Formats: sequence, C-alpha cells, structure tokens
Amino acid sequence: MSDVTSVLKVQSRDVVVPGEVLAVGMDYLPSFGTYRSRETIRAARLGLVTVEGKVLKLIPLSGAYLPKRGDMIIAKVIDILMSGWRVDTNSPYSAVLQLKDASSGYIEKGADLTKYFALGDYVSAIITNVTSQKLVDVSMREPGARKIIGGRIIEVSTNKVPRIIGKQGSMVSLIKEATGCKITVGQNGLVWLEGHPLMENLAVETIRKIEKEGHISGMTDKIKAFLDSRLKETKHFDEEQ
Amino acid sequence: MMNESLKQHLIECLKHNVRHDGRKLDEFRPITVEYNISRSAEGSARVKVGNTEVLAGIKLTVEKPYPDTPDHGSLMVGVELLPLSSPAFESGPPSIDAIEIARVVDRGIREAKAIDTKKLCITYGEKIWTVCIDICTINDDGNLLDAAGLASLAALQDACFPYYDGTQLDYKKKTDVKLPVLKLPLQVTVYKIGDKLLVDPLSEEEFVYDARLTVTTTPDGTICALQKGGEKQLSLQEIEQMITMGTEKGHELRKYLKDAGN
Repeated sequence: MSDVTSVLKVQSRDVVVPGEVLAVGMDYLPSFGTYRSRETIRAARLGLVTVEGKVLKLIPLSGAYLPKRGDMIIAKVIDILMSGWRVDTNSPYSAVLQLKDASSGYIEKGADLTKYFALGDYVSAIITNVTSQKLVDVSMREPGARKIIGGRIIEVSTNKVPRIIGKQGSMVSLIKEATGCKITVGQNGLVWLEGHPLMENLAVETIRKIEKEGHISGMTDKIKAFLDSRLKETKHFDEEQ
Repeated sequence: MMNESLKQHLIECLKHNVRHDGRKLDEFRPITVEYNISRSAEGSARVKVGNTEVLAGIKLTVEKPYPDTPDHGSLMVGVELLPLSSPAFESGPPSIDAIEIARVVDRGIREAKAIDTKKLCITYGEKIWTVCIDICTINDDGNLLDAAGLASLAALQDACFPYYDGTQLDYKKKTDVKLPVLKLPLQVTVYKIGDKLLVDPLSEEEFVYDARLTVTTTPDGTICALQKGGEKQLSLQEIEQMITMGTEKGHELRKYLKDAGN
C-alpha cells in the first residue's frame, strides 16, 4: 500500500474531460464514468463530477447510451433469430429479445416470428441483464413493455433523458397534458409520441427546447409558460380559420 | 429504414398539411451557401439545407475536344454519396442514386447553356478546357438532389482558371479570370405524397413519396431540364402544378447565390 495521503483534485459539479485526474491516492473509489489507474482516479467521459464521501461519480454530458439493467428502452428489430429477435438499442451494443421474454402468451415452436415482430418494428422493452462482455438481454414481460404501433419516433440526447422525464415524470406528464399526446421516453434516447399532428409537432418542439436548455433551473415553470403561450396561439389560429 | 406504421403515420399527418418538422408544404429549411472552401479546387462551395450538407468542387483540365464539337469545352459531373453521410450509403462504385443526382445536375447546367463553352476552347480541334464538377455529401437529411444542384452552381460561380502557358498547367497559380457562367439554372424537386405536393423533403418523407419531379429553370422561367422519379404516375394537371411550384421556388433559391441577377 502506498503511504501517499489521498488528495482530491476536483470539487463536486466540476466539468471534467476524459483522462483528467480526479483524485490521487488509494482512499477514493471510482464509480460510474470514472476509473482507477494506479494511484489516480481519472474521468472516462466528459461530464460533471459528484463526490459522495469517498466515491467519485460522473454525470455524462455527452456520448452514446450505454445499456443498464432495469432501463426501459425503445428498440428496433434488426434481425430475426432462431429463438427470438435481435434489437438495436441505439447504443454500440445490440440486445436479444428471447422468445420466452417476448410475450405473456405462448408462442409455438417453429412459428413465423415475423408475425409478432417484423424487421424494422419498434418495441419498448426493459433491459434485464447486461454482461461484462456487453451482451444485453431485454424482456417484454414487464409493465410498460409493448410493441409500438403508429405515432412517430424521434431521437434525443440520452444524457438529457432525465430532464425530459423530470422529477417523478413531472416534465413529461406536463407535455402529455398540454398537448394531449401519448408519449413514451426510452432511456436510450428514443422518444415515441402520438397525438394530433399539430400537437405532436408542439410536443417535439418542447422536447427539443428542454434538450437545449435542460440545465437551466426552474425549467418546469418555463416549459409550462412556453406551452401555454403556444397553445393560445394555435387556438387563435383555429378561430381565424 | 422505416416500418409500415411509421410511414402510415407520416402520410396521415401530411393529409392534415402537417409536416414532421412543422414546416409548410412549400417551405425550404434554412439554407446557407459558403463559397471558396477548398484551396486545391478551382472553385468550391458548401451548401447546407437544414441538416443536409453537400460540398461541390470544380476542377479544370486541358483536354482534346470531342470530334463533333471541336470548338467547345466539355462538362463532367460526378456525385459521391459518402458512407459518412448516411447509414444507407456504402463505399464502392457510384450507386444508381448517385448517378441520377449527377445526371440531373449535369442536364440542368448543360441544357441551360449555363457555361459559355465556346470560351472554353483554347485551340480549335486541339485543346479545350474540361469542367469537372465533383459533389460530395457530408450529411444526408433529405433532399440531396436540390442541395447538390445549388452547391454545383455556387462552385461554378466561384471558379477561376488556373495558370496555363500553352503547354504546362500550374494549379498552384490561380488567375483571376472567372469561369464564363452565363446564367444560373436553379433546380427544385417537387415531391408528391398522397395528393399533396411538397418541396425539400426530410429523409422520412423520401421513404414514402409516390412520385417526384425535378424542375430546372433559368432566371427568365425557361424550363431547361426535367426528371421524373418514383413509382407512381403523375397527371398532366399535377405536372403543371409541380412546374409552377418548382419555378417559384427556383427564384427563391436563386437569392442564396451571389449576383442573383444572372
């Protein structure tokens, strides 16, 4: 063991770049987005540091989605396998949806799997397992998992997904209520929405706004005001017609 | 690739005159044109239409004229759909789509007689200038066709002859003699989806269109090239509407180029 006294090189909420030294010494522990290299702990991604006691964590500001167990994602079917489907998770790693996890009903042996999910279909599913080799399993035998039919899908930055959802889903339910759209936000940065065409556009616009200004405090009130003013405009427009 | 239900939804929205990005049917995305972006090309331009980005470069070479036009310069257009611009593009020989874009751009410039090819003749029957337009896609978010057309016009405007002493070409020395560009034939593609006509499609809209018509017009409104694409047919009335729309939008796009008077 080294006798160097551990030194913290950063403060909570500092922006760090990959490779930047966060701490020196063995007393600190690396967690999500950070790694140990001999005596030092370094950042693996661009993001904000959080220091929780001896644990150094990182909230990423950019970068692709990385599959995590328990996440609800929107995935696209890219291949049909012998006993399931391979789905694209909008990350560097594809996932497998096993036949037994695909539906609560019974799928007979040798059945035509494209009847359930064809190539290019989208599903919302939950990640059940991620191995160290990044083999990902998803399941649809969970609440909220379903085949996605109709509507449209947009891509947002995965790092902004928590902003779009808001505390206990406050932001997304605000948009849902104001626009009357059905919305599903996948942790992997794919968002599905369906509603009146004009309202869909408003919802997309709102989501883009949150994506752009997500770091500003008091976002919920700002978005509420934005939605209200835009809804008034469309009402005027309807009356004129 | 888009699945059937997403396509249906897009078509359903269009029936209400609503596009996925909130634009009007006859509205272009924001366009930017940058001139002289490459040092090694005789003329170059970068055009952005929304997130679609295209580069065009002009190369001028001295060659022997074709036997049937001993006193005219020649024109060549090539398009490369780079794999970095879309997951659908692969490296290798030009695809059918790339060839189509190149031919439509070529036809517009050639048939409008946009370049004074007689001035490209150096010695009768012996030496002429050949104008090569090379177009590279940087990002494909729909409407590469019109972006490529606009970029090649901008690059033509930008082009200057390299130094030539009668035997040796020196590309390092640029003269300030401009390429003789007489007029700007603007190219606009009108798409038909269901019974709606629209311009400047998004990638999604390019998946679902029934038919399209590229209309290339000169500043005085003369049609110099047409190209029809897509699986479905067009009625005479639709073609008339598309030509009117294409001409109007062509005038609008011309404003993005310098010396828009031409």
